[in-house]
Amino acid sequence: MLAEGLQKIYKDTKALDGFDLAVPEGTVCGLLGPNGAGKTTAVRILTTLLRADGGRATVAGYEVGRESAQVRARIGLTGQYSAVDDILTGRDNLVMFGRLYHLGKRRARERADELLDSFALTEAADRQVKTYSGGMRRRLDLAASIIVAPQVLFLDEPSTGLDPRNRNKVWDDVRQLVARGTTVLLTTQYLDEADQLASQIAVIEAGRVIADGTPDQLKTLIGGDQIGVVVQEARDIPDTVRVLASVTGAEPKVEPDLNRVSAPAVERVAILTSAVRALDEAGIAVEDIALRRPSLDEVFLRLTGNASPAPSAAASDELEKEAVSS
Amino acid sequence: MTAPTPVIPQSGLERVRWAVSDTWTITLRYLMHLSRSPERVVGTMLFPVVSILLFGFVFGSAISVPGDGSYREYLLPGMFAQAMVFGIAGQAVAVATDVARGVNDRFRSMPMSDSAVVVGQTCAEVLNAMLDITLMFLCGLAVGWRFHGSFSDTALALGLLLLLRLAATWIGLYVGLILRGPESGGVLMPLMFPVTMIANTFVPTEAMPNWLGTVAEWNPLSATTAAARELFGNPGAASTDVAWPLQNAVLMATVWPLVIMAIFMPLAVRRYRRLSR
Ligand SMILES: Nc1ncnc2c1ncn2[C@@H]1O[C@H](COP(=O)(O)OP(=O)(O)OP(=O)(O)O)[C@@H](O)[C@H]1O
Ligand SMILES: [Mg+2]
Repeated sequence: MLAEGLQKIYKDTKALDGFDLAVPEGTVCGLLGPNGAGKTTAVRILTTLLRADGGRATVAGYEVGRESAQVRARIGLTGQYSAVDDILTGRDNLVMFGRLYHLGKRRARERADELLDSFALTEAADRQVKTYSGGMRRRLDLAASIIVAPQVLFLDEPSTGLDPRNRNKVWDDVRQLVARGTTVLLTTQYLDEADQLASQIAVIEAGRVIADGTPDQLKTLIGGDQIGVVVQEARDIPDTVRVLASVTGAEPKVEPDLNRVSAPAVERVAILTSAVRALDEAGIAVEDIALRRPSLDEVFLRLTGNASPAPSAAASDELEKEAVSS
Repeated sequence: MTAPTPVIPQSGLERVRWAVSDTWTITLRYLMHLSRSPERVVGTMLFPVVSILLFGFVFGSAISVPGDGSYREYLLPGMFAQAMVFGIAGQAVAVATDVARGVNDRFRSMPMSDSAVVVGQTCAEVLNAMLDITLMFLCGLAVGWRFHGSFSDTALALGLLLLLRLAATWIGLYVGLILRGPESGGVLMPLMFPVTMIANTFVPTEAMPNWLGTVAEWNPLSATTAAARELFGNPGAASTDVAWPLQNAVLMATVWPLVIMAIFMPLAVRRYRRLSR
């Protein structure tokens, strides 16, 4: 899946403004970005629902604008908004879509039963979808998008509204599909979801990709591992700062209300041991000491917050170079 | 659990077969919708039934027609034809509601035939119309209307009525697709009145002012009404309707719907393809 310089302009908003992304075959790419960044727009263009105003994209080897029939035969889509028929029952929906995929009447029925069963919808199968809860509807939507195994699967915030059990179930399904060779583009607001599933993460803001790489690369991008020390008494903070500065050779950061002092820790274990020893020698009562990798939440906030000038374009260019394309 | 691998049609012939099968699947979808909302079915059937009973009895006895038939016999073919086009407004609203549903996103991201959604919807409308016609036919007989033509003429008359319905369906579909949402459907109902009234449904066109009469004579609805009168052997046929389109009513009742479809079919299919682009 490859997008190059996609543009989409609504009257006065540039929903996409030079969107570039390459996802290698058989991998999962997580698309992160604040509300209104253009994630849904990108997904709708790549799934042939919207026409781009500029740029080009290929999905499963076919050009999105010109060969939409070929593209449609190879993709699955769970959009941000429910795309099932809420007057029909859950079962009728799946059978109808199965028949539209030309599975044949019998196979369409069997497949519907399988999916209802695996998405725990059997009990509600013969009720109209408009009586479903949000999570049930979401599951039906997901089931419909994997009636046939797609080559490329698009999931726009798939687990919004799902309880933890169903979220895990969706993750398992995605992993299974990927194991069978499906490429997945997934947008999400749950960063642990991206962390769990994606081997590549692209952060999008104001219609363009501002950073792209593996989760680890992105975490390193905003500073890598940190050692954090929480002291029992606030008066020990200055001493702790001195100790950490000498151990790590960097300027520690203080969070006074948490009694926490932290500093970058490149050689993780070596720094941890010497810090423990030095703090002990200085007679500082430590409540907690830990090595911590920044979460994707922090990456997200740092990269997309307009407040912090944050990681330069140069840093993200570096990562883009490492990103592979299919 | 193994998901089947997707297939797509390879030859042109297979593509046609797929399009037909997709259309049928969508037709079934609309029929299932109808079966889920009996009030809509009853509503669409009630309208023609009530209007036949009402007009048949209220006007039927009071007004006399040129020639010597009962007004009721004169009126009913017009009521049949009017019912065929009156559905346009309701259908347009239904279409506008339907395309606003998210499920169309799924349809349009699937490898199904582009026209299946719109064609399937018109198929369902025509099936629905068959039910309406049967019902109106029976109601007509109940209020004292009779057909005097041969079996084949009667069948032809019914066929022409359905043809008009089919053409009207494409208009309703197109209008539904250009509406900005179901709310804007309100403007349609008042527009339906001139279309159905400026016609030979209730009174002969000669009785109207000159220019209005001409408009009425060229109204497709008038052609179907005149053709139905002629074929059913009801009063008010060619003898009084001297204008050319009504002299050749059967021809015009065939040509008009075909012209309408030739215009609105491509418009509607194209419009559906471009939705939300
Ligand atoms: N049909 C439309 N008309 C006008 N503007 C639109 C339309 N659709 C999207 N936009 C604008 O395009 C921008 C991108 O929207 P998009 O839905 O792609 O964001 P998103 O990243 O999916 O956000 P979210 O996280 O809230 O789902 C937004 O500013 C939005 O207001
Ligand atoms: Mg979105």
